[in-house]
Amino acid sequence: MRNIFTLALIASAIRLATPLLLAALGGLFSERAGIINIALEGLMLAGAFTAATVTHFMGVWLAPAIKNAQDAQQNWKLWLLTLIVPLVGLLAAMVAGLIVAALHAVACIRYKADQVVTGTAINILFLGIPALLSGALFESTGATPSVPVYNQLPTIPIVIAFALVPLTWYVLNRTPFGLRLRAVGENPEAADTSGVSVARVRYTGVLISGALAAIGGAYLSIGQSSLFTRDMTSGRGFIALAALIFGKWKPVQTMLACLFFGFAQAVAIQMQGVVKIPVQFIDMIPYVLTVIVLAGFIGLSRAPRALGIPYQKEK
Amino acid sequence: MKLLRELLFPLIAVVAAFIVGGIIVLLIGDNPIETYKLLIGSALSWPDGIGYTLFYATPLIFTGLAVSVAFRCGLLNIGAEGQLYVAAFATAWVGITFANLSGWILIPLACLAAILSGAVWGAIPGVLKAKFGSHEVINTIMLNFIAIALASYLTQYHYKVPSDPIMQTFEIGRQDVPAGMEALKGVNAHIPRLGSFIPGLPERIPLNVAFILALLACVLVYIFLWRTKWGYEIRATGANPTAAEYGGISVKKQIILAMAVSGALAGMVGINEVLGYRYRYYQGFSAGIGYGFTGIAVALLGRNHPIGVIFSALLFGALTRGSLFVDIFTDKVSKDLVLVLQAVIILFVAAEALFRGPFSRWGLLKRSKI
Amino acid sequence: MLELRNITKRFGEVLANDHVNITVHPGTIHAIVGENGAGKSTAMRIAYGFYTADEGEILVEGTVRQITNPHDAIALGVGMVHQHFMLVEPMTVAENIVLGAEPGTTTSLDLKKAAQRIRALSDEFKLSIDPNAIIENLSVGQQQRVELLKALYRQARLLILDEPTAVLTPQEVEEFFAILRRMREQGKTVVIITHKLSEVLAISDEVTVMRDGRVVGQVETKNTNAAELARMMVGRDVLLRIEKPPANPTDAVLSVRGLSMVAKDRNARLDNVSFDVRAGEIVGIAGVEGNGQTELIEALAGLILPPAVSGVTEFEGKNITGMNARRRKELGIAHIPEDRHRRGLLLDFDLAENSILGVHYRRPSVYLANILLDDKSIRRRSEQVIKDFDVRPPNPDLPARALSGGNQQKLIIGREFKLNPKLLLVSQPTRGVDIGAIEFIHRKLVELRDEGCAVLLVSAELEEVTALADRLLVIYHGRIVSEVDPKTTTNEEIGLLMTGGQR
Repeated sequence: MRNIFTLALIASAIRLATPLLLAALGGLFSERAGIINIALEGLMLAGAFTAATVTHFMGVWLAPAIKNAQDAQQNWKLWLLTLIVPLVGLLAAMVAGLIVAALHAVACIRYKADQVVTGTAINILFLGIPALLSGALFESTGATPSVPVYNQLPTIPIVIAFALVPLTWYVLNRTPFGLRLRAVGENPEAADTSGVSVARVRYTGVLISGALAAIGGAYLSIGQSSLFTRDMTSGRGFIALAALIFGKWKPVQTMLACLFFGFAQAVAIQMQGVVKIPVQFIDMIPYVLTVIVLAGFIGLSRAPRALGIPYQKEK
Repeated sequence: MKLLRELLFPLIAVVAAFIVGGIIVLLIGDNPIETYKLLIGSALSWPDGIGYTLFYATPLIFTGLAVSVAFRCGLLNIGAEGQLYVAAFATAWVGITFANLSGWILIPLACLAAILSGAVWGAIPGVLKAKFGSHEVINTIMLNFIAIALASYLTQYHYKVPSDPIMQTFEIGRQDVPAGMEALKGVNAHIPRLGSFIPGLPERIPLNVAFILALLACVLVYIFLWRTKWGYEIRATGANPTAAEYGGISVKKQIILAMAVSGALAGMVGINEVLGYRYRYYQGFSAGIGYGFTGIAVALLGRNHPIGVIFSALLFGALTRGSLFVDIFTDKVSKDLVLVLQAVIILFVAAEALFRGPFSRWGLLKRSKI
Repeated sequence: MLELRNITKRFGEVLANDHVNITVHPGTIHAIVGENGAGKSTAMRIAYGFYTADEGEILVEGTVRQITNPHDAIALGVGMVHQHFMLVEPMTVAENIVLGAEPGTTTSLDLKKAAQRIRALSDEFKLSIDPNAIIENLSVGQQQRVELLKALYRQARLLILDEPTAVLTPQEVEEFFAILRRMREQGKTVVIITHKLSEVLAISDEVTVMRDGRVVGQVETKNTNAAELARMMVGRDVLLRIEKPPANPTDAVLSVRGLSMVAKDRNARLDNVSFDVRAGEIVGIAGVEGNGQTELIEALAGLILPPAVSGVTEFEGKNITGMNARRRKELGIAHIPEDRHRRGLLLDFDLAENSILGVHYRRPSVYLANILLDDKSIRRRSEQVIKDFDVRPPNPDLPARALSGGNQQKLIIGREFKLNPKLLLVSQPTRGVDIGAIEFIHRKLVELRDEGCAVLLVSAELEEVTALADRLLVIYHGRIVSEVDPKTTTNEEIGLLMTGGQR
């Protein structure tokens, strides 16, 4: 029991928390602007699939060049090439995230669709689309080919995720955009009468959430593993949402919640076969905690006041 | 005129979804017309196509009704998935624990377990909303994961044949049958398949009495919502909770009641699955994205009305059936096309609500805000 | 400073502004008066760019300007303080004030600089507002001053104030007027929308009177008086008088003793209220809106229950203090709510379904063990309500939404009368209702009284309560401050009592 809290465990907890944190911070930007984002799961899947696919094709395309550099022992060139490949994959994932988030944003902001319903549709869509495309591209049932180890991105997303925490805090509290974002999520009418474009701020918030959640997804496929598999997020988008609620829609607390959930998972993995605690109970922790927090048993977690309500200006 | 409008928008949504799906099929490099021919043809062939279409539609009718009832009370139940998992496990548990009872007692008892456990699991977010004001959407999502984890735990640690690599429970019904009568194993817990009544429909098709039950549930839900005082109270709460309160209706009670009824309906999926099809609890039985989530699409497309639910459940049932053939007989398109169609239908139906939504809201504003 | 020319604005079929012309001179305080729904707020919201006019033009400082959103208005030096404050409650004063006009760069918000300017402005106009306070912790009067600061911070030269005094206590009103005068001294122009004539006379230099979406006159305040303004506002010299025989009150039906109510924000809304209503009389409650009338009626209807309310309520000698709305209705307490869209109707339900709200669970609405709705009986009931109360169009299958305000109100009144109540709680019975329906509703209320029903009437229209009531209670800050005889008391005297003055 004593050797549970090892460095390896902490490292594993951070790795497991990273995709959650990226998605949760994404969700924070969307929800603080007043748009419910239960599409985090779908956004992560879109990012994960795009990253794996683009990285694979980039890797195939640049394979000869990599081989040459290897043979010629041009270390800097090799380093650059092997870095470019997954970075392009990561960038592509962000673009995919932006596009999918734009779909959510247009439906919710311009057409005032129910945000939960739209989010659900997007989650369903990105269970289907990667499977369809991987079938067509790779003749598999929902998986992409594995990318070689040197084309993976194990640390960059971790750095991004944790660097984003203070950055998000700063943006929220120390920039005009953050002020507008918070105002729009609390009282869009007040923001509107002060001359703030509610729609523009909300679009920005949702788009940011798409990009961040997609990075989280990309980390799953080309960071933690080497390929995309069907439904590989397995609910992480919802755990991220749970972390966001548990963290009271604040960046630092959200990070702590993600770390806690990541730690619980890491412990579960470590204890497999050692202690007889069914893994299901550890899986349940984030969900049970969220229910308890929402009921107000552990301090009050107050959502942005205008969350989920489309802004309808009378004309 | 009103009926036409009610029909028009869902039809537009379906057609639009098929067009989007067709474009995707084209992009993948297959022939959309051939694909759709295959999809629809294989769903409507007799007896297999129709039999399976109706079989796949059965759980969707239940979940579609579940979502509709909650929606009529102004609640979005995206927890049907968890409710049906809990219920299916409870059904199997009764079938295993009371295996030796006579079928006349065991089957009703198992059905009751499905309904009650679904109702309880559904009522939890209702109570949480009524008592603490916590949002039912987040709570139902969380309870889905909790339900699935719970059922998985119980299966793995308490109700599984230890050597079985599949996550499933023991079979339901009487297992210790006399030698030579193995065919009778468990049948006291089985509900009949429709093949045993309908000529030409082979019994291997798992379409069972639960389908009849689903149609009956539609009638009962209709009566409940529009012909009883309880339905009036639920609908009044959904239409305007403050006016309902003024009319002496306890909004909190209605929220709990609607969620319980919703959960009970979702729970009835367990009857189809456990008593009519697999005769055991099987982890992950809720196919595709899960009957509970498809139920949202079914309800939205069916305008939260039982008759609409039947038709849209049949559509999604047919798509599920047809997609298997698309999977096998096309080069590049997989059965996941259905997920895309489903998602796009939801998006379009949600997008339609916006055409009308602003209208009615505005109508209210113009009278009160000048 | 500001001129509206031929402004016309329609909301659906309703003509909210009909060729409105208003000229506001620089450095003046200009009042716009009119009854509820006269189109005052609409005209000013157009000037602020919150609505866009269908026709007409807006001139600011002599030039025609396109004002399509608040941003345009702010840029032209026009600021507006809305009736409902436009403040983000969990944020600080400074954050609220700079919102949309943030100092500093895109990457760094300079709130310190903003706070300094706010403090300077606050001192200049003696507003005493701390820029770092959180809005939720401020009083209503303070929040209003934050709204003023918001406009001043944006260097507004013209301030439009929509019903600014509705939420203020009399002391606060005095302070507020002092601030407005200081603003005028500093060269600002102020437009104040109100329906209180005393305030118009006290503060303004010029007055524009509006009625039914039109401007009926613009005069200098010093050349006019309350009577003339009232005549212009109402459009009739002879005030609506209701023919009613003297009341024959018998026993007390409702006895309220020491009723108090504390709201969620821990402020007392009702403070030790005691009175009786006897069978066969109409007791009116007069008061400025927001002085506890809403809470009083809702507490008596059983919509607010202990522990939020305390004290004893007796109905026909029976203690009903803890009884919920349904039980009270069963005893014979009917309730016509003040807001028919929020409380009174299910707008998407048809008239038949609406006609049984509140009795939907008992005979004759239901049969078969009191479970199934009895369509035939429900239809009969609704047809009777429609016929007796002249609801148009007379079609029980129409959704309530399809009816005009007056017909919706008649439907509600008909439904409540159908209960054969012993006590009727009625709040704002004629708000937003056309003249014909008003007279009809008034006649029905008197008829009900004469049948021996006890009626408790709340109305924001002083004319209405004084005309209908047999006895009048004046409510102020949640307290019954006085009881007067409406026949022998002038409106001025009642008005004084309503604002906390002494007779």
